[in-house]
Amino acid sequence: MSQAKLAHHFESVEQQFDTAKLGMWIFLLTEIMFFSVLFVAYTVYRASHADAFQYASQFLDTNLGAANTLLLLLSSFTAAWAVRCAQLGQKRGLMLNLLVTVVCALGFMGIKYHEYSHKYHEGLLWGGARHSIFKADPAQVLPEMKHGHEGGGESVWESHHVETMDPALKKQVGIFFGIYFCLTGLHGIHVLVGIGVMLWLLWRASRDHFGPDNFTAVDLGALYWHLVDLIWIFLFPLLYLIS
Amino acid sequence: MTHAHDPSLNYLNCRKGLRSWLGTLDHKRIGVMYMWSIIASMILGGILAMLIRAELWAPNNGDPAQAVLSQDTYNQFFTLHGAIMIFLVIIPSIPAALGNFVLPMMLGAKDVAFPRINRLSYHLYLIGAALLVVSILTGGLDTGWTFYAPYSTTTETSVVVAVFGAFVLGFSSIFTGLNFIVTIHKMRPPGMGWFKMPLFLWALYATSIIQILATPVLGLALMLIAVERIMGVGIFNPELGGDPVLFQHLFWFYSHPAVYVMILPAMGVLSECFATFSRKHIFGYRFIAYSSIAIAIFSFIVWGHHMFVSGQSQLASVIFSALTFSVAIPSAIKVFNWVATMYKGSVSLDTPMLYALSVIWLFGIGGLTGLFLATLSTDIHLHDTYFVVAHFHFVMVGSALFSFLAGVHYWWPKMFGVMYREWPGRIACAVSFVGFNLTFIPQFLAGTHGMPRRYWDYHPMYEPYNKVSTIGAVILGLGLVWALVNLLRSFGSGRQAPANPWGAATLEWMTPSPAPPHNFDFAPAVGDPYDMDLVRYDESIDGYVPVRPHPDDPHIPLVEPAEQEDEQ
Repeated sequence: MSQAKLAHHFESVEQQFDTAKLGMWIFLLTEIMFFSVLFVAYTVYRASHADAFQYASQFLDTNLGAANTLLLLLSSFTAAWAVRCAQLGQKRGLMLNLLVTVVCALGFMGIKYHEYSHKYHEGLLWGGARHSIFKADPAQVLPEMKHGHEGGGESVWESHHVETMDPALKKQVGIFFGIYFCLTGLHGIHVLVGIGVMLWLLWRASRDHFGPDNFTAVDLGALYWHLVDLIWIFLFPLLYLIS
Repeated sequence: MTHAHDPSLNYLNCRKGLRSWLGTLDHKRIGVMYMWSIIASMILGGILAMLIRAELWAPNNGDPAQAVLSQDTYNQFFTLHGAIMIFLVIIPSIPAALGNFVLPMMLGAKDVAFPRINRLSYHLYLIGAALLVVSILTGGLDTGWTFYAPYSTTTETSVVVAVFGAFVLGFSSIFTGLNFIVTIHKMRPPGMGWFKMPLFLWALYATSIIQILATPVLGLALMLIAVERIMGVGIFNPELGGDPVLFQHLFWFYSHPAVYVMILPAMGVLSECFATFSRKHIFGYRFIAYSSIAIAIFSFIVWGHHMFVSGQSQLASVIFSALTFSVAIPSAIKVFNWVATMYKGSVSLDTPMLYALSVIWLFGIGGLTGLFLATLSTDIHLHDTYFVVAHFHFVMVGSALFSFLAGVHYWWPKMFGVMYREWPGRIACAVSFVGFNLTFIPQFLAGTHGMPRRYWDYHPMYEPYNKVSTIGAVILGLGLVWALVNLLRSFGSGRQAPANPWGAATLEWMTPSPAPPHNFDFAPAVGDPYDMDLVRYDESIDGYVPVRPHPDDPHIPLVEPAEQEDEQ
């Protein structure tokens, strides 16, 4: 296990570690401000169009959302455990925990992909999308979207009476899906970055880069991962559990 | 370091070649590269400004044949002038160029906390600048620098490239701010409590808080514009049920605080200049320090004053108006303290001080006219007129840019180890000052008579104002070019700069000029940054030396342990 390398501009390893950690916390602050834009948009539209949001939320699959929540909670736990293993110098435990974290994150993305593609096929998109069934002007809705897709039983279109829906409400449902895809998309990008970080940590761990005196990178990577997890903890109820 | 004791080696000549610059981790080199990039951008933005003023020299009477620029070209030029001057020049000017160079030295440190992120910040700046240039070449940009929806989501010009450029530049700014906050928290030397920091560092700290908290909001709001254009997500599009006013809120939530990203570090430079060139301890240290933080906090709760006519609720407008007035308090505290610092000081009118004195006048006008615009009833009349244009130029150019020039002249000897000639510097400052006032005071008058901003043509009644304004712009341009030429000439004919040419007591002057690769050959002891009695004038080098030099390093004053203990 290697010692931490002291960069030339620091006085001590402690100072270097504290500095890195404060830097990460401030970066996480900027991340929160970054997401806050969409949370504000969500709040504004939900406050002014509560009905539309409640209606639109039914189209989201709560079970899949819950499964993803559990996956991320588990991955956050293993990320924290990985830090502990690094501090104790347990290489095997460190690598195992990082691996579970990556697997959970990949599982999350898999489920997310399933949800996205389902919504795309059903036309559950924002109002400006080509395949959207929530276009303000019914004449613009593509004919195949009205009748569902081949082999796919009863379409969402029929079950929720989109055709007879008030056009104003329909626009707002489109906005809901716009916000849904922006928020989960931005979060998804962060998950992908997190997977990259975890794989990098795994590679470094395999080369004995970490130990009781040198676990800064694992610590910071885990901090980032916890934030990604935490944002999902807010997204899940705000998007899936409106009633 | 092995070369630390070779006195001929400094950060400029220790390594050579373009790669040693672009790949450097040295905060001084990054700061200097930022400075040249900013000056290059300023020249580009300045040329656009001159073309705009040429177009406005005379009314076109609605006839494109009489015009210097076509309507579309005019729209693109004022947009690019604004976008370049704000995102590429004024926002990074003092923090990224001067701050990067000076901040670690003021702390007696070898570098900022994260040198690699610092380098990344500069590379992002270059990428962002390149993207803005690409947007010019691929269809231009005609939204105004504000990118207001729904026009920005429907116009044919290359908005996506431009907003992506602004997004990248935002991250450049965030990383600089992050670096500064962490550096100030974790790398102050022993003996330097918060209230022993030079006031420039307080100003940079306050600036950085705004950069890290506000910039991400702009970044994502601009990304939503891009997403809207590419995929039709209608969050700001009323046709799809979206709300364009929401974009204005998000935009100004960043862009109002951004005004303080421009002015706060400028105020920090002024605090240094007034103390140094008055040879007197800064008056009201704590008030100036706290007022920086107060301005940073206020900056987040006043954005709605840009939106009095947007249709936001009247109650919101009243609250935003009242809060906006409160910003005047910390701003005035600073000005009064600078004036009080000069009182009974031995004031020397060197070039940086002349710029600083200009700013008191220009910021006074810029700040006070801001109060007119913060008043609801007068703002309805003045909104979107040349009064607004004149007001923000007084603050952004008259205050922020003149302070940048003050700072460039002040730290030039430390950056390059040469002295520019004083008299041409002073005259260039005076010419710029006259030209600036001549350019923008007539715009106040035109604005109060109702001349709208951003128009390609105007009623002939505004012609006299515009004539004077264009003449003033030419004079201002000459003054700025003169200042630049004077600075550049110092490389050929300037005399060798002493370590401490102005007699300041902050740490960056306690090391040779230009600075050694790692800033200090010997870690300096920390005294009061404004105790001018620590240094005395030495005629033989035409500079200042410590009254009691440290036995290990003649550049560093010996600070008694007792002096270090008082105050935190």
